[in-house]
Amino acid sequence: MNRFILRRLLQSALVLLVMSFVIYGLIGLMPGDPLDVMVASVPGVTPEQIARLRAIYGLDQPLMLRYFHWLMAALQGDLGYSRSHSVPVLAVLAPALWTTCKLMLISFVAAVALSFVLGITAALKPGGWLDGAIGLVAFAGISVPVFWLALMMILVFAVELHWLPASGGFTVGDGGFVDQFRHLVMPVTTLALATTGGFTRFVRASMIETLRADHIRTARAKGNPPSRVVLVHALRNAMIPVLTVMALSFGSLFSGALLTETMFAQPGMGKLIYDAILSNDFNLALSGLLFATLITLLANLAADLAYAWLDPRIKL
Amino acid sequence: MSAASGIWARRWQRLRGHRAGMASLVLLALLLLFVLADVPLEAITGIDPNEADLFARFDPPSWAHPLGMDEAGRDVLLRLMVGGQISLLVGLLATLLGGMIGIAVGVAAGFWGGRLDALLMRVTDGMIALPLLPLLIVLGAVDLTKIGFSSEFAHSGAAGFWRIVVIIALVDWTAIARLVRASTMQIRERDYIRAARAAGAGSWDIIATHILPNIATPIIVALTLTVGRVILFESVLSFLGFGVVPPTPSWGNMLNNAQELVTTAPLLAVYPGALIFLVVMAVNFLGDGLQHAFDPRSEQPE
Repeated sequence: MNRFILRRLLQSALVLLVMSFVIYGLIGLMPGDPLDVMVASVPGVTPEQIARLRAIYGLDQPLMLRYFHWLMAALQGDLGYSRSHSVPVLAVLAPALWTTCKLMLISFVAAVALSFVLGITAALKPGGWLDGAIGLVAFAGISVPVFWLALMMILVFAVELHWLPASGGFTVGDGGFVDQFRHLVMPVTTLALATTGGFTRFVRASMIETLRADHIRTARAKGNPPSRVVLVHALRNAMIPVLTVMALSFGSLFSGALLTETMFAQPGMGKLIYDAILSNDFNLALSGLLFATLITLLANLAADLAYAWLDPRIKL
Repeated sequence: MSAASGIWARRWQRLRGHRAGMASLVLLALLLLFVLADVPLEAITGIDPNEADLFARFDPPSWAHPLGMDEAGRDVLLRLMVGGQISLLVGLLATLLGGMIGIAVGVAAGFWGGRLDALLMRVTDGMIALPLLPLLIVLGAVDLTKIGFSSEFAHSGAAGFWRIVVIIALVDWTAIARLVRASTMQIRERDYIRAARAAGAGSWDIIATHILPNIATPIIVALTLTVGRVILFESVLSFLGFGVVPPTPSWGNMLNNAQELVTTAPLLAVYPGALIFLVVMAVNFLGDGLQHAFDPRSEQPE
């Protein structure tokens, strides 16, 4: 077991390392360079002075060397300075990370709960009208553009009905629990609805397969009430592949969170990365993307471990 | 049904029995007619969908402009048609390109196996683990002049179009690769392939004549589902400003300004998104129908 965890940790670290290099290289290809803001604020700067500044900041060095310096600093916890926020990158990242994790976790739990209810209901009578209706809803969830769903929710619940605030994390001057909750309702609903579609299909497929298994027939034959057969005997076994797939979908959940935050102006990682790229804030964009990758990798690792833990047939 | 009828005829029969699949096929055909209708419409009415008229901003629907005008005074209906052509074309091209990458990787890994397989699958797993949207945004933000394209090309509409096709293809090939690898490994050791090998066929011959045709059906289903995903990616990227750039319309970038306009002109935000939603939904149902049609077990006993 420990060796398996160790190997998976090393693998994840390797993916993160490769990604850090790829993203570092890509960020350098974005328009502008770290000097242009500095240069733009000083009229009459000469090309020689720019060249000297380049040398001072090490921008004239080859990519590999610059990457190596960045990596060494990053490993010691120095992710550089955010030029659009004028504070160290970590000072901006930490609160944003918290906002995003909150949004993702609440939406994830809501989506899992909803998809289990819908998926199990659909699996009870495959081909029935309820199954068809749930299938339609699930397909809608997979097919809807998340940002458009957000836009429509704003249109209906904020613009037309005035029920909920359209943007932000809290109202200035309030910020109490109820206020924060009201600001979270639409983002969470949007992300959860978009995630539920795929999840429901997994739960349904897994439940149908499990309900056909021999041990379910035995459980029924022994006179167990149908609710117990479905919710205890079948669900436990159906859950194993489903939970894995759900945890593996953290990457797309993050993509959804990025959009949801941008649409509802939530101060999270997604909006941070998006704004950082728009304002050429290289350090912030780089670190933000790496943290996004790290979260996804950790979720995948957790999925693997959960799989091994839930299924006693797998010996690590 | 006669036993002599070809395999594709039987599959077509099965697809016709799949109500949702057939409904989406009809819907897709109608949508295709809709987006192509701009050519005759432009010729008849003489309205240019890219021509702005600042005196006609937010004009309500009229006989000349059935869906009214947008924030720059352009005909909304015609722009929806042209934008649809772009969105659907991106969807098809990026799927084909990504499919080719995925098939190449999958066949290479599944057919030759060994270290190549281990390496390719590590790369694939690494890609699957990534949050795709942030990566796509970075790729979309790359300054083309920094990788050797002329400034003229980098700022043209064509560059915006091909860039989005290429970057989506670059990140969305992993599902196909895994599927192709698994299917290839399943049939790699079949007798007919051994027989071909014994008869002196080279690896490329075997791949082209025996492997690819035999794994075609799951690939077609997976590619269909990919089209839906790609159209969603295109709409998101264009919406955020990293994809198809105005004045070329796409369903995604038509929603660009819709967010600010949602209070003044809510319908401008409704139309393009609803069309994306419809197309992706139809494509997904069609994929479901094709899966049903390609699966011999779904044959109804007669």
